[in-house]
Amino acid sequence: MPLKQPAWWRGRSAVIGVPYLWLLAFFLAPFLIVLKFSLAEMGAVSPEPLLTMADGAVKIVMKYSNYIALAGDGLYFTAYVSSLKYAAVTTLLCLAIGYPFAYFMARAKATRQPALLMLVMLPFWTSFLLRVYAWKGLLEDGGWVAQVLVGAHLDQLLYAAGLIAAPGKLMNTPFSLVVGMTYTYLPFMILPLYANLAKLDLRLLEAAADLGATPWVAFWKVTVPLSKAGIIAGSMLVFIPCVGEFVTPELLGGPQTLMIGRVLWDEFFSNNDWPMASAVAVVLVLLIVVPLAVFNKYQAQAQERRA
Amino acid sequence: MTTRRAFFSPTFARRFGAGWLIAGFAFLYLPILALVIYSFNASPLPTVWGGFTLDWYRKLASDREMLAGLWLSLKIAFMTACASVLLGTLAAFSLVKYKRFSGRTLFAGMVNAPLVMPEVIVGLSLLLMLVSVQKAIGFPERGMMTIWLGHLLLGLAYATVVIQARLQDLPPQLEEAAMDLGAKPPQVFFLVTLPMIAQALASAWLLTFSLSLDDVVVSAFLSGPGATTMPLVIFSRARLGLNPSVNAVATVIIVIVSLCVTAASLWIARSERRRTEEMNAAQRANP
Repeated sequence: MPLKQPAWWRGRSAVIGVPYLWLLAFFLAPFLIVLKFSLAEMGAVSPEPLLTMADGAVKIVMKYSNYIALAGDGLYFTAYVSSLKYAAVTTLLCLAIGYPFAYFMARAKATRQPALLMLVMLPFWTSFLLRVYAWKGLLEDGGWVAQVLVGAHLDQLLYAAGLIAAPGKLMNTPFSLVVGMTYTYLPFMILPLYANLAKLDLRLLEAAADLGATPWVAFWKVTVPLSKAGIIAGSMLVFIPCVGEFVTPELLGGPQTLMIGRVLWDEFFSNNDWPMASAVAVVLVLLIVVPLAVFNKYQAQAQERRA
Repeated sequence: MTTRRAFFSPTFARRFGAGWLIAGFAFLYLPILALVIYSFNASPLPTVWGGFTLDWYRKLASDREMLAGLWLSLKIAFMTACASVLLGTLAAFSLVKYKRFSGRTLFAGMVNAPLVMPEVIVGLSLLLMLVSVQKAIGFPERGMMTIWLGHLLLGLAYATVVIQARLQDLPPQLEEAAMDLGAKPPQVFFLVTLPMIAQALASAWLLTFSLSLDDVVVSAFLSGPGATTMPLVIFSRARLGLNPSVNAVATVIIVIVSLCVTAASLWIARSERRRTEEMNAAQRANP
């Protein structure tokens, strides 16, 4: 076999090459096209081309008007800020609910853990759209959750905190939006945290106790620092998609909850202004590029550690 | 067992932990329960209980728009799941087996990014590219195939993560042994590696299938005239307010998905157990 090495080489290149080229063509290239569109100006019917032939020379015309409009119009700025704010609040809430949840799951009887894990995953398999829609019914006047909250006079508290527009009206408010997003993304927080906490070496806690640490101190000084990778992975899995979330703000949000995903959607579908929608998208990518890099780094590290 | 409980008094810790888990599961399952119960509600008012009825299911059976959407969604989900598992296996294999090749970091980043990338960006960027391509070569029309391409991008990311985790946990000795016995790389893959990752492939297939069946945003950007998937139908109705027809279709989907997922996980758990037993037996036989 004179072609032994090349044959092996061909197999290797094909294995890597097929998904690689596919991702370059359908993931990376589209971003560059968005960038190109964002630098064009909306013509009468379609975006004006960037490249034109004039006097036998190729002329590149780049327009920054979309970005100038983005910076000048307070609406966009408000939308970006409130998207970041709601994403941050959702992430913190998911962490507050999800960390103890994952912790107790990891400490449950070993025989019960697969069933518990399955119960966390099951809602995640059933349609996300339908589960968000269900909250509409629960929070609408007379819905189950609305009745309980109003019955307990908690709506007064929410109203005082400025989370709902009027006592007794829970839907289409910052409150309903945060409930919906927390609900949607909670499993994304629980799963990486559980994977991390289940691997914790319990002998470390014993050692901490032998050295005189109370369980509370041991929890904060041993368990929490060791689960840092899980906390970061979970937080990024919640935070990044939340910033650009569209479906939940559209179904559960209201006039007070302007989010950038909806702005982009409206620019594209209602105003038909593709260059402006592209500019909104480019700035959105710039906003999430740092958390995205953090996520990729931890994802890669976690994968190397397993190997 | 001398393991210390990590929280205050053992009984308190147990009760608090159990309480937190129960409350958490109640939060996760309450909306699903409400959907199912209200799909049998005779009253057209969405939050008032008016007695038991099967009317909404009868109406669903003659709801042309919804059924056409369901059929299209099932076709796209099937194609997405198959293609995602195929490409995901290649991508996972590249990342696990080949530790260095040029552009590996970029490749890993591109595989992982769609997991968290806001869907509006994925949808918009893919659409603008397809429009540019179409302008240049007159192909492809927006419709089923373009939706499939978008779903495949998301599905590839999820499938790769699932399969990659499995590949990394495989003991390398089995593949090495096969290689020592003279198997060529493709033989090693199809005869040794593939049977061992079959469960991961099955769960990746199911996961990408349900992801595709559920997607609204990417489908909205990439759909064309006549290609309205079921989530798009549901979404356009849900936007206008509560609609009992949505509850009925939701219940049908929930029942089907729960049955499939439960059956699949039971099968996966069983074959995993059998595999472990076989491996233990083999190790006992040749210590």
